[in-house]
Amino acid sequence: MSDTTSNTAEKLTTSDGKPLKASLAKALRRQKMRALLLIAPLLLFVLISFAAPIVDMLFRSVQNEIVPETLPRTVTALESWDPASGALPDDFVFAALRDDLVIAAERKQHTRLGSRLNYELTGMSSLFRKTGRRVDDFGEIFTEQFDDLNEAWVEPATWVSLMASEDWIAAQAEWAAADDDSVAEPAFAVSETAREALPRTAEIYAGFADVIQTEDNDSPTEEEPWNPVYAALYDDLIANPDAASFYSGATAALLTEAAAAVPDFKATTAREEFIEADEDWGSLDVWQTLYRFKGTYTAGYYLAALDAQMTADGIEMVPDDQRIYLLLFMRTLILSVVITFSCLLLGYPVAFLLSHLPLRSANLLMILVLLPFWTSLLVRTSAWKVLLQQQGVINDVLVYIGLVSDSGRLALINNATGTVIAMTHILLPFMILPLYSVMKTISPSYVRAAKSLGATDWTAFWRIYFPQTVPGIGAGAVLVFILSIGYYITPELVGGTSGIFISNRIAYHISSSLNWGLAAALGTLLLVVVLLCFVIYDKLVGIDNVKLG
Amino acid sequence: MAKLPPYLTTGQRVWHYGFRVICGLIFFFLIFPILVIIPLSFNATDFFTFTPEMLSFDPAGYSFKHYHDFFTNPDWQQALRNSVMIAPAATLLATGFGTLAAIGLSQSHVPYRGAIMAILISPMIVPLIISAAGMYFFYSRLGIQGTYWGVVLAHAVLGTPFVIITVTATLVGFDRSLERAAASLGANPVTTFFKVQMPLILPGVISGALFAFITSFDEVVVVLFVGSASQKTLPWQMFTGLREQISPTILAVASILVTISIILLTVLEMLRRRSEKQRGLSPG
Repeated sequence: MSDTTSNTAEKLTTSDGKPLKASLAKALRRQKMRALLLIAPLLLFVLISFAAPIVDMLFRSVQNEIVPETLPRTVTALESWDPASGALPDDFVFAALRDDLVIAAERKQHTRLGSRLNYELTGMSSLFRKTGRRVDDFGEIFTEQFDDLNEAWVEPATWVSLMASEDWIAAQAEWAAADDDSVAEPAFAVSETAREALPRTAEIYAGFADVIQTEDNDSPTEEEPWNPVYAALYDDLIANPDAASFYSGATAALLTEAAAAVPDFKATTAREEFIEADEDWGSLDVWQTLYRFKGTYTAGYYLAALDAQMTADGIEMVPDDQRIYLLLFMRTLILSVVITFSCLLLGYPVAFLLSHLPLRSANLLMILVLLPFWTSLLVRTSAWKVLLQQQGVINDVLVYIGLVSDSGRLALINNATGTVIAMTHILLPFMILPLYSVMKTISPSYVRAAKSLGATDWTAFWRIYFPQTVPGIGAGAVLVFILSIGYYITPELVGGTSGIFISNRIAYHISSSLNWGLAAALGTLLLVVVLLCFVIYDKLVGIDNVKLG
Repeated sequence: MAKLPPYLTTGQRVWHYGFRVICGLIFFFLIFPILVIIPLSFNATDFFTFTPEMLSFDPAGYSFKHYHDFFTNPDWQQALRNSVMIAPAATLLATGFGTLAAIGLSQSHVPYRGAIMAILISPMIVPLIISAAGMYFFYSRLGIQGTYWGVVLAHAVLGTPFVIITVTATLVGFDRSLERAAASLGANPVTTFFKVQMPLILPGVISGALFAFITSFDEVVVVLFVGSASQKTLPWQMFTGLREQISPTILAVASILVTISIILLTVLEMLRRRSEKQRGLSPG
């Protein structure tokens, strides 16, 4: 600490001659640094292990990269299609899809994509699975005709000389000569010539070579290309009969021969083959869905979380019988309000009694409040599961004292009643504790003064005492509400189907249906509601004033 | 019971006693479900209600078989071991980081105090299912989903807000001049911390650690997602037991846990009194 003694003419300085202002600022800065250094480890820890996951979840709720990543060519080709035209996309879109799909099917990615799109349109999953099994036969008719024309076309070496870059051929030859199994074959590279002469063929052949090398650990020099490669070659030669001019020697001769022959080939289009494989490819719905979800980001999960969907005519609500999430959100909110009110109803008298008893007996009774608070949540939930059963203690007692008949035992569990009873019990301490801490500070003289002025007991309570407890009611109610709308365990165990909350649906989508995007979107919506409540709580109580026990 | 003033009307007397009966019923509601499972856990049959033998206090109606099952069943033992392995590690992490941060936060000049506090408290505010979902996705990317350390990290971060709150509360009553006195007598900051500050805030640290421990020990939602079968904890085992086939062994486990929480509650109450006495407040 710097001393603040000398006070010469007009400028205050410390004993070592520095200006006082600078010296104080330095001390303050050091103090701030010290505080931040102490906080930094925890802050980093919370940011990495808690905040990052939440942010990650927010991203996941809008991510849709699986579509553009699995079907890159189709997504580009679809740009030029007008989904409102009422016509199916052009043939080259189908051809692009064929190329994408055969690569995806070889990499076994098409089923994941199918499940993703199935969330948006039922039937997509089986459509992709079925087509994925057959897509490697697409274009077989061309393979046969090229083979008939010249057997060189089914030789892997022909294709390598046609497609590979000179560098790759040299590198591959060197690698083959070394004969070292621990080194992988150099990654295939397409030549510029091939890209110019036969663009479509080069594109899919590159995909083919990549799959052969990465998935099958094989070499393109030893594998005959897939049928769709021949279909692409046919398309290229029709579009550019002059392709041979880019090449020389045997390859050029082969291409010249093929270019002359292709106009007489028996031909089929990719579109015909797709529709033959599954007639759903002729449905406009399928293509419109693909078109809507071709982007890297999507609002689709949020729409689904709000029971809406994107259709050709814009955003619409889903049919009534499929709406579940708005209903679940409403139910979560309504049940949470009911639970909050029950807690208030039961908690207020207890807190009132505790704050009016002598301290010693109040502390003793407080144990009855704190014991449930400290008891495992699972213990309390199992207790209610046991008590509320049809053959459980409560029904037994009711039957014993004759309130209900043995055949008319009450259904207290696996419905909303069970959830409300169990959660009221579980959250009650969270209502009593803030109420009690507010009531303890209320001076009894106000009520006495009111009574001495002639107020009845009720008036004194309602006009004088009650208004002073409102901050406590607010704090307790918001706390209980926040806790209850995010509850998962208790509704899951005692809620059956009519007493479950939105959180149970989130858990279902994470672990059972694996629709993580929707789970993230539902979670984000719930988080927004909770944060709004929390802002209210902060205004009412302040986070700094949260007290425990 | 306090004596009622003699001038009260009959109505007021009835209300006075009626109110106490109502409160008694609410206390009954609070405590009955927890206490009732203790006798039920000694049930000799596999039913979840009092059998006629139990009601007539026939010794044949009672047995330790559910406790025996708990202590011999490998599933339950594995779950117990996992809980005992995870909770202390999470508590240690949460208490260490949390105490340091609470001391930092209680300095007089902390930039962005509100924002920092909001971030540090957020694990307590965000619903568990959302934390669990986010951690599941993110920890899978990091490759620590389904590992022991993944669960420990998750539990530790959930426990830190409690440590911060309790330690900050203790520091509010901390007399800063004690630090200066120590410094003026030649103690360096580290000595001051361990010899002066630490003994005084220790009750707050311990109760914060207890909160962190119970948070981890009792936590089920996050471990369900972040953990894998080999991190199955006691609450997880109870949860699956309750959801799938409800076995009376759960009642035995629950009774043991109730006993533990009674012990914890006593410890906390003693700590509170000690702390108040040390700080010169009248014992409550």
